[in-house]
Amino acid sequence: MFAVSRMIFRLCMLLLLAPLAGCGYNQIQSLDEQTKANWSEVLNQYQRRADLIPNLVNTVKGYAQQEQAVLIGVTEARAKATSITVKPDDEASLRSFQRAQGEVSSALSRLLVVSENYPQLKSDQNFRDLQVQLEGTENRITVARNRYIQSVQEYNTTIRQFPTNLTAMMFHASIKPNFTVENEAVLEKPPVVDFGAAPAK
Amino acid sequence: MRGFFARILVAGFLGMMVIGSVVAGGAEDRLAPRALPVIARVVDEAGLLTPSQVAALNDKLAALEMRKGSQVAVVILRTTEPEAIEQFGIRLADSWKRGRKGIDDGALLIIATEDHRYRWEVGRGLEGAITDLGSARISDEYLRPAFREKDYYGGIDRALDKLIGLIDGEPLPPPPESSSRDSMDAIHGLLGVLAFAVFAGIFVRTFLGRLGGAVTGAVLAGVIAQMTIGLWGLSIAAAVLSFVLTLLAGIGGLWGFVGGSVGCGAYRGGTGGGGFGGGGFGGGGGGFSGGGSSGSW
Repeated sequence: MFAVSRMIFRLCMLLLLAPLAGCGYNQIQSLDEQTKANWSEVLNQYQRRADLIPNLVNTVKGYAQQEQAVLIGVTEARAKATSITVKPDDEASLRSFQRAQGEVSSALSRLLVVSENYPQLKSDQNFRDLQVQLEGTENRITVARNRYIQSVQEYNTTIRQFPTNLTAMMFHASIKPNFTVENEAVLEKPPVVDFGAAPAK
Repeated sequence: MRGFFARILVAGFLGMMVIGSVVAGGAEDRLAPRALPVIARVVDEAGLLTPSQVAALNDKLAALEMRKGSQVAVVILRTTEPEAIEQFGIRLADSWKRGRKGIDDGALLIIATEDHRYRWEVGRGLEGAITDLGSARISDEYLRPAFREKDYYGGIDRALDKLIGLIDGEPLPPPPESSSRDSMDAIHGLLGVLAFAVFAGIFVRTFLGRLGGAVTGAVLAGVIAQMTIGLWGLSIAAAVLSFVLTLLAGIGGLWGFVGGSVGCGAYRGGTGGGGFGGGGFGGGGGGFSGGGSSGSW
């Protein structure tokens, strides 16, 4: 008699637990896969940018040989960024990847600023084509990063919320680090708008 | 035994928390910076084009979709503020999902008249045919010069011709659904429109007489068909059919037919959940990943 009621109790507990664990478990797995797919897209688009850089550097070199420092800066930043093997689940690794890609971005923008001084370069069809491709790639990077950020957010929210957090604990699913704003220090300062002698409001 | 009840209590408590978290989970919503326009092939919120020009562009894009399956749309706004046109573009593309699912052959041309900015948003499946460079060239050659001359329709029209040429050169899977399932959807939609128009026409007949009712039915059928399916040929056919049906309704055993098609239309309305499927604005589920180019004039 006692054994039977015990068995019924265990069965009840199992029935209660089964949908709980099953539901959360599958959800965590599919969200995890989603972040992985989105991460691949991020890498893919950064690689696309890295592939454009040698062409761009060569084109600029043809017109603006004296800008050695800027050209070398871009090449070195690219080399550094492509040599990093990044583990997106590791906070430090993601940070260094983000820093390296940020350096590529700033080196590239210096290159584009410098190229403004060379009218012949600016009217070169090849250079203009590369600029269009670079713009398109930067936009794709933005989109891919946004999608990654959103999927990580969804994943992290899910494994911290009850009851899926129990499942997450059981299967050692941990919070994933996310991209941060690149120039936080700059953004924290309020923008200074100066119209000369205009009175402050 | 006491332990047993305690566990039951804990289990019940857990269950309630589960329900609570499910209910709370549904409430989160993000504030959208700017409302997106209703999905259509040609949207002109800035009043840049005349209605006949909108219709001409619409027919051109509808013909492309029938022939090739790709879904292209033109969206003209005053401004995309507070977002940049690129941000607005990807949000619109993600929401509209133009292009067939899995083939991702959608494309959008977005024009913000007050910002003097335009953007091509190209679906993933068309990125090979329409590279960023390709779309930028189209803008440089057709959009920008015409826009500077304030010839907006001419620029858009020629740019779309060029774009359609690029899409035609791409070996996309043919639109098989449009011959079987999609056209079935269109026929179902048309039947629903007809049934509604004939019904309304017969209702109006009690006030306006037989001819007045028939004309009302025809106009209703034509307008609704144009709005939902968007093909002039079909709309005119619907109008003519509706005229004849409304005129003759009540003479023979036509009531049965009308009743039947009303049933069919109502069924469609219940399951379709908005829009008359295939030939219209399905918005198949095409994916975008930020391809395309933008510029200003």
